[in-house]
Amino acid sequence: MKKFINDPAAVVREALTGVAAAHPDLRVDIEQQIVVRADAPRSGKVGVLSGGGSGHEPLHGGFVGLGMLDAAVPGEVFTSPVPDQILAATQAVDGGAGVVHIVKNYTGDVMNFQMAAELAGDEGIDVRTVLVDDDVAVEDSTWTAGRRGTGATLVVEKVTGALAETGASAAAVAAAGSRVDELSASFAVALTACTTPAAGKPGFDLPDDEMEVGVGIHGEPGRRREKLRPAREIAAMTVEAILGAKPLPSGSEAIVLVNGLGGTPLIELYLMYGEVATLLDKAGVRVARNLVGNYVTSLDMAGMSVTVCRADAEILRLWDAPVRTPALRWGV
Amino acid sequence: MDVALARSWVTAIATAVTEQADYLTQLDSAIGDADHGVNLNRGFTAVVAALDTADPRTVGDVFVKTGTTLVSKVGGAAGPLYGTAFRAIGKALPAEGSTVDAAELGAALRAGLAAVQKLGAAVPGDKTIVDAYGPAVAAFEKAADDGLPAAARAAAEAAAEGMRATTGLHARKGRASYLGPRSVGHQDPGATSTWLIFQALADVT
Repeated sequence: MKKFINDPAAVVREALTGVAAAHPDLRVDIEQQIVVRADAPRSGKVGVLSGGGSGHEPLHGGFVGLGMLDAAVPGEVFTSPVPDQILAATQAVDGGAGVVHIVKNYTGDVMNFQMAAELAGDEGIDVRTVLVDDDVAVEDSTWTAGRRGTGATLVVEKVTGALAETGASAAAVAAAGSRVDELSASFAVALTACTTPAAGKPGFDLPDDEMEVGVGIHGEPGRRREKLRPAREIAAMTVEAILGAKPLPSGSEAIVLVNGLGGTPLIELYLMYGEVATLLDKAGVRVARNLVGNYVTSLDMAGMSVTVCRADAEILRLWDAPVRTPALRWGV
Repeated sequence: MDVALARSWVTAIATAVTEQADYLTQLDSAIGDADHGVNLNRGFTAVVAALDTADPRTVGDVFVKTGTTLVSKVGGAAGPLYGTAFRAIGKALPAEGSTVDAAELGAALRAGLAAVQKLGAAVPGDKTIVDAYGPAVAAFEKAADDGLPAAARAAAEAAAEGMRATTGLHARKGRASYLGPRSVGHQDPGATSTWLIFQALADVT
């Protein structure tokens, strides 16, 4: 597999060098691997921090800035960051009002963030954790690792970031994040595997006429493999899975994301959005806001995910609040 | 076991992980996210470098240093799990004296297993590190009276058996759990690296 890289082991560091060059308004610590808002910490403002393995860009570094994250902590590709990094970023954004960690529900991420939260707690920083687990392809069970954090992470980061900007308490910001997670459901379908720089070849082989259904964002195979079908049928299966897992009362408003996994062109994402919007309309769901594009990716995987977040006036107000980050920018 | 032997064990693990990095990553590609070999290799390479510049006085110090370095260098689930295991092993060993006997090491390995299970909430049969680590500790304890080399050999054999048995299991923890029944038929990468660790102990004793 061909890639624009120099050395597989240096990809994250060298990409951060590029982020620093492209966005001088962010503070990028290439050695520690943390991305921090230029004006952090702000006294009295809750710090909002997220992180996880790299390879999902623009998540999370692309969402650092006014109205969203105060810091992002990228790990190696598909590998959660380590506690030292998370602690350093937590210290960098603590303005005395506490720090909210937004953690996607993966075993490694949960452990490393938990260790960092304990270390930060020892230093007197009030850390609250929002766990994101929106992927309804995985059954939720206390006997397993539980559902994965995927597309809804963006909505959680946007809403918590906007609320923190208003001077809300750490408890209130964390509660809003958890509420968005509870109201969100996502489902993804892949047309190809992805290739990590270290492995150099695709994670699995997928024949031209087949798709992986119920994939996550780490190149792992999905819940099942099926024959490829027309986009309309894939959209129907996706919407059915989402509404089946988290039914929305007729007349509900929602924020809807049709998200590319990295290797699917926008023309196909818009086509899918059209199908999804029609289906949701038929189901009595009013799409109040939408986002179409590559936001929570899985390197070069061809595929897409749909996220539906049931939204009330408060969530919509926070969604609409000004945001100025490399990947999301409106109202400013 | 003295400090020199403890260092040798850790160095042997690093060598084995480097040699088997591609194999571990290949196992992880099938049911995980293809980073296990790369991550452990980065971690144990850092451990060897850290031990080179450290001056551990006790066997326990060697393992605490090993664990702390793994926690801060590996990331993912493997970093906290193996890091916590080695830290717990080190802390369970006597704080004084330059050697430990097989019974003391067995008890420390048991403490490491308990720490892994507490952190990861995994039980035997979940298709994880625990499926190799559990049988290895039990075999080590059983053979401890016969001395360290015999106990280490027994542990390595039991770890290998536990590792092979993970192939038939349905993953209930970690990233492989997302595949549900499709995780069956693949050997667990974590149980495999655990076997490498016990095999390295058998090789140096």
